[in-house]
Amino acid sequence: MDVLGRYRNLIVLVGVLFAQVLGLAVQVKRTTASEPTRLIRVWAVGAVTPLEKALEWIQTSTGNIWHNYFYLRGVRAENRSLKAQIERMTLEQVRLNQDAGQARRLQALLAFKEQFISQTTAAQVIGGSGSESSRSVFIDKGYSDGIRPDMAVITADGIVGKVLHADRHVAEVLLIDDQTSGVGAILDKSRLQGILRGTPSGELMLEKVMSDETVPTGELVLTSGGDRIFPKGLTVGRVTKVSPGSEVFLNIRVHPAAELNRLEEVLVVTKIDERQAEPDQTGATRAIDILAERLPTVPPKPDDATKGAAGTAAPGTVPPGSTKPTTVKPAPVKPTTVKPAAVAPGTAKPTTVVPTTTAPATAGSDAKLKTVPPPAAATAAAPAPRKPATAASATGTSAGTGSSLSPATPAKVTGNPATKPAPKPVKTDVPSQPKPQPAVEDTPH
Amino acid sequence: MAITYTSGEQVEVYRFSIPATILIPLTAVFLQAWLSKRFPFLNIFDLPLLVTIGFATARRNPLAGLFTGSLIGMLQDALTINPIGLYGIAKTVVGFGASSLGIKLDVENAGARFLLTIVFYVVHEIVYFMIARGLVGLHMAWSWPHEFLSGVANAVLGVFVFMLLDRVKQRT
Repeated sequence: MDVLGRYRNLIVLVGVLFAQVLGLAVQVKRTTASEPTRLIRVWAVGAVTPLEKALEWIQTSTGNIWHNYFYLRGVRAENRSLKAQIERMTLEQVRLNQDAGQARRLQALLAFKEQFISQTTAAQVIGGSGSESSRSVFIDKGYSDGIRPDMAVITADGIVGKVLHADRHVAEVLLIDDQTSGVGAILDKSRLQGILRGTPSGELMLEKVMSDETVPTGELVLTSGGDRIFPKGLTVGRVTKVSPGSEVFLNIRVHPAAELNRLEEVLVVTKIDERQAEPDQTGATRAIDILAERLPTVPPKPDDATKGAAGTAAPGTVPPGSTKPTTVKPAPVKPTTVKPAAVAPGTAKPTTVVPTTTAPATAGSDAKLKTVPPPAAATAAAPAPRKPATAASATGTSAGTGSSLSPATPAKVTGNPATKPAPKPVKTDVPSQPKPQPAVEDTPH
Repeated sequence: MAITYTSGEQVEVYRFSIPATILIPLTAVFLQAWLSKRFPFLNIFDLPLLVTIGFATARRNPLAGLFTGSLIGMLQDALTINPIGLYGIAKTVVGFGASSLGIKLDVENAGARFLLTIVFYVVHEIVYFMIARGLVGLHMAWSWPHEFLSGVANAVLGVFVFMLLDRVKQRT
């Protein structure tokens, strides 16, 4: 008894430490996603976050009064600059819309499913964890605002993290630079996939990229969508350093696009739609048409133009008044080149070429269609030179048929009776096995 | 400047009012969370630790010190994503050690407080590191220069924090 009294303090110390170690062990073992939030966390968050919210409100209000009513120096110049920027971006948007529409059409043809951010909730960051070993922040929206665990948190610059816990009016967000965080990521150009993790010192590392790959510094890192939290294609950051790793993987350091240390407002992605891409309603939906638009036109030769002018019906030429279409089958005769001819004014129907899959020709067949090879620019995202309006549909489509889908497939030419007397098989002076167009790589969001 | 050895009868024991006992640790935890978000470089400071040391050395009661440290630490843990108990254990040890030392040493002057804070900051970090790495499995980096410089920074701040605490402590 005397011993107990003498070492009372030490015994209590050991008891308290033992209890805490035991508690730690239980928590470490039982950490699951479905585990309810501990009461002490609720109390701590409930005690601290109202103060943080109040201070945040005071700071924001004061800042707003100052910036919106008093400190308006340079606003006019900035306004002019922003207007000019809007004009530039509007023009750029038109171009991007065209590209996006084209990408959607191709995705629809390939039955791609993509994820769209359909609903977000803006939230304000009100506090952090206050610990270097725990990189998380608190936001002023909770489950009463529709916030749920595992929702993605982003900014306009890039991804931020995911919701870890959601209380009634407050949620805790695990930042992507925490060492327990993991994000599926993909390199923009090389399309190499890896896992993005935080380090104890707060850096971002892209893991699981093989050491025999080449990764340039400065390359953009995007979300791959593989983690089922972040939609595909969101900006993560840029590669800042690449070095050999300890095993067969590279050490790739990534600088986050979002300023994780200076977060103020964030967006919580509360709803993601996963749907199949729908083709743009304004244009054709067939891949061959899309690809044909990108292919170059065979320029008309002067003698054809002369013939056309003299009244001889060149292939693809539709004389005025002709309405009845017909089918022209390429005969196994001496191959000639289909030359696009200018369509005379008042043409009723332009000649079109549609693909057929009925009689695939064998290699070396006379009826085999050859196509004009798409130049490198045609396979890239840059738009190919446009063809003349009507001739394009004759030559370009034909070329597209042969090049993209079935190079050895003869085409059924539907055209005007005027073309019937001269049914010449299409001759092409290009490889019969062209490279297919690359699939759309970037998913627009 | 020197840490003088004094007998148990010579040292004065202080206490804190209930509002101060509750509000000061809460404020420290709040400021730690709020300021570190606004100014990330302030993460180097550990205000709850300074309050733990301040309370423990003033009360000079090991039991009070270890319970105060335990509660403040667990409150701090609750705001992190890590399991509750990491800071709790570290601050329990510091609270017990600081109050035990407070019985034996005169820690009223700024120099003694400065040195004590450096020592207890490093002890706190070592305990935290061992628990986090050994028990929880967190990947932690250890750097003596960083820890020592952080200790000095905390000690400088601690001198002012202890002066503030001196104003609210009451003689028993």
